[in-house]
Amino acid sequence: MNQEISEIYTEEFFVNMGPQHPSTHGVLRLLLKMDGEVVLDMVPHVGYLHRSMEKIAENRTYYQYIPYTDRIDYVSAMFCNQAFCMAMEKLANVPVPERAEYIRIIMVELNRIASHLIWLGTFSLDLGAITPFLYCFREREKILDLFEMVCGQRMTFNYMRVGGVSRDITPEFIPMAKEFIKYFLPRVDEYEDILTNNPIFLSRTKGVGLLDQKTAIENGVTGPSLRGTGLKCDLRKDEPYSVYDKFNFDIPTGETSDVWDRYMVRIQEMRESAKIVLQALESLPEGPIKTKISAVFKPPAGEVYLRIEAPRGEMGFYIVSDGSPKPYRLKIRTGSFSNLTVLPIISRGWKIADVVAIFGSLDVVLPEVDR
Amino acid sequence: MLELDQLFKNIYLWGENLFTQWGIPLFWLELLGMLIVAVIILAFMSLSVLFLVWWERKVSGHMQSRFGPMRTGWHGWLQTIIDAIKLILKEDTTPGTADKIGFLIAPIIVFVSAFMAYICIPFGKGLIVKDLNIGILYILAITTFTVIGLLTAGWCSNNKFSVLGGFRSAAQIISYEVPLTLSILGVVILSQTLSMQSIVNSQKHIWEWYIFRQPIGFLIYLVAAIAEINRVPFDIPEAEQELVAGFNVEYSGIKFAMFFFAEFANLFLVSAIATTLFLGGWNGPLLPSWIWFFIKSFFLVFVIMWFKWTFPRLRVDQLMGFAWKFLLPLAFINLILTGLFA
Repeated sequence: MNQEISEIYTEEFFVNMGPQHPSTHGVLRLLLKMDGEVVLDMVPHVGYLHRSMEKIAENRTYYQYIPYTDRIDYVSAMFCNQAFCMAMEKLANVPVPERAEYIRIIMVELNRIASHLIWLGTFSLDLGAITPFLYCFREREKILDLFEMVCGQRMTFNYMRVGGVSRDITPEFIPMAKEFIKYFLPRVDEYEDILTNNPIFLSRTKGVGLLDQKTAIENGVTGPSLRGTGLKCDLRKDEPYSVYDKFNFDIPTGETSDVWDRYMVRIQEMRESAKIVLQALESLPEGPIKTKISAVFKPPAGEVYLRIEAPRGEMGFYIVSDGSPKPYRLKIRTGSFSNLTVLPIISRGWKIADVVAIFGSLDVVLPEVDR
Repeated sequence: MLELDQLFKNIYLWGENLFTQWGIPLFWLELLGMLIVAVIILAFMSLSVLFLVWWERKVSGHMQSRFGPMRTGWHGWLQTIIDAIKLILKEDTTPGTADKIGFLIAPIIVFVSAFMAYICIPFGKGLIVKDLNIGILYILAITTFTVIGLLTAGWCSNNKFSVLGGFRSAAQIISYEVPLTLSILGVVILSQTLSMQSIVNSQKHIWEWYIFRQPIGFLIYLVAAIAEINRVPFDIPEAEQELVAGFNVEYSGIKFAMFFFAEFANLFLVSAIATTLFLGGWNGPLLPSWIWFFIKSFFLVFVIMWFKWTFPRLRVDQLMGFAWKFLLPLAFINLILTGLFA
C-alpha cells in the first residue's frame, strides 16, 4: 500500500496564458508554472504590440509626433498629448494661457474618469461580473460625446498643441459637462452598490495580491497601484504642474494594499476627478487658448524630462533636442510597464483565478507597455 | 379546461383500437408510443432551449440597459434559431492531438444524461412520461452522468485549459451533489415518497408547499443546483476569464451546440425539479396545470439568470469550502430537524 502511494507523483506544468486570452487585456503572454491550480512562477512576455514609437519620433517633426502620442495609451490619450506638449513647452519655454491650462485639466480629468471606467468594467469582467462592464461603458460613452464635441474625435484626440489647445470649447460644452458630472456621481454609488460590499467580490479581492510598499517602490510602481499601498504619492499634489494647485481635491489611499484597496482608490479617484472638473468648469477664465508660435517648431538644443500623473501612474517624456525640428532622441516612461514588473512577484503562490484578479487590479494597458 | 392528459389518453386508446382492428401485436404500439414520446420530449427540450437562450439574452440585455437581439424577427425571436442553424452547418473540427473517440462521446454523454432526466418530470396533471416510484432518485442518479461527460471532454481535448476545466467541474459537481441530495431528502421525509407525481399530490394547497415547510432546504437546493449546472457565481469550470472556456474550449460546431444545449436543458431541469419539490409542482387555481408548471419553472429560471448577471464568480477553493464547510453542515442540520419534527 505504502509503495503504491509513493509511486503516485505530481509534477508542475506550464500554461501559456495568452497572447490570445480573454483576460490578458490585449496581447500579453504570461507563461505560468503551475502546480494544479496554484501558480508557482510566472514570466510575462511583452513586445507583441511594439510599434517603435520612440524611433518614429526621431523621423518626425515635433508637431507631426503629437498624433502618435495618442496611440501610446489610447485609453487615456489626453494624458499622452498633455505630457508631450508640456515637455515641448518646457524645452522651448513656451508660455501657456491660463484658459488653455484650465481646458487641458477639464479634458484630462474627464479622460481619467473614462480610463478608470474602462478599468472598472474590465476588472469586474475578470471577476466574472458582466453587468458592471456595460454600465461603465454607458457612462464612458457620455464622456466620449463630450470629447467629440470639442475635438471631433472619440479616442485618439490629437487635441493639445504646443502652447495651448487646438480648439476652444464650444458654449454648449460647459452645461453639458456639468450635467454629466451631476449624472455621473450617483452612478459611482451604483457601481459600489453592485460590487464594493458584495460578499463574493470581497472574498475574491480582500487580502489577495498583497503588494507591500517596499516592493512597490523598488519596482517603480506608480499611480493608483502605489497609492493602494498607503503611500500618498501623486504628482498633482507633490509637484503641482499646470494649474492643479488652484483646485481642491484629495488623494485617496489604501491601507492593506490588496486588490480591494487598489479598487477602492480608483473608485474614489473618479469622484475626485469629477470634483476637479466641476471646479475647473466653474472658474474657467476667459482669454486666448493658444500662444502664437512659429509654424516650424525649433526648440533650442538641450534635454528635458517631464512627468505627469496619468491614470496608470507616472507618464514621462524625455526629449533630447539638437536644435533641429526633429527630436534627436525621445524616451517615453509609462506607468503600465513598471507596474507590470511587480505582477510575477505578487502573484506567486496564488491561484490562477487570483492572477486574473491581480492583473486586472494593476490596470495594465498593453500598447502602453510595448509602445 | 385545457388539461392535456385526457388528450394523450384518448390518442393512446384510439391507437389501441386501431391496432387491435388491424391485428398488430400491442407491443408495436408500445414501441411506437415510446418513439413518439421521445420525439415530443426532444422537441420540447429544443423549443425550451431555444426560448431560454433568447430569453437569457433579453434578460441580460434589459438588466444591462440595452435591448439584446432586436434585428431578426420581432424583438429578435429568430436569433437563436439562426444561431442554431449556424452551429449545425459549421465545420466540425477535431484537434489533431485529441483522443478522437472520447472527444466524440463526451458531448453525447452530457446531452443524453440531460435528456433522460426529462422522463420523470411531471409537466402537468398526468403529463409525465413514466412516473417511476423512485423518480427523484432516478433523476439524481442520471444527472450525475454529466460529470463523466465533462471530465471526458476536458481530458480528451488534450488542452491544458480544458483539463483544468474538466477537473474543476468533476470536483464541483461531486461536492455539490451531497448537499443537493440532502436538501431533497427533507422533502422526501415529509412526503413519504420518492415518486414525482406523489410529491406533487402531497402539496395541493399553497400552505402545503414544501418551500414553507422546508425554507432552508429550498435555499440549499437552489444554491447547489446552480453549482450543479455550472452557472454564475459557480461557473468556475468554464470561467471564461481564467480558462478561456474550460472543458469545451476545443469544441466547435454541432458538438459545441450539444454542450450548449445540455447546459440550458439542465437549467430548465433544475428549475422544474425545484418547482415539483418545493413550489407545489403543477398545482394552482384557475389555469390548466401545465401552464402553472411552466409559470413556476420559468420564474425560477429567471431567478437563476438574475444571479448570473449580478454576481461575480467565486474562486475554486472558496467554492469547495462553501460546499463542505457551510452547505453540508447546514443541510445535515436541516435534515435532522426535519426528521425530529416530521
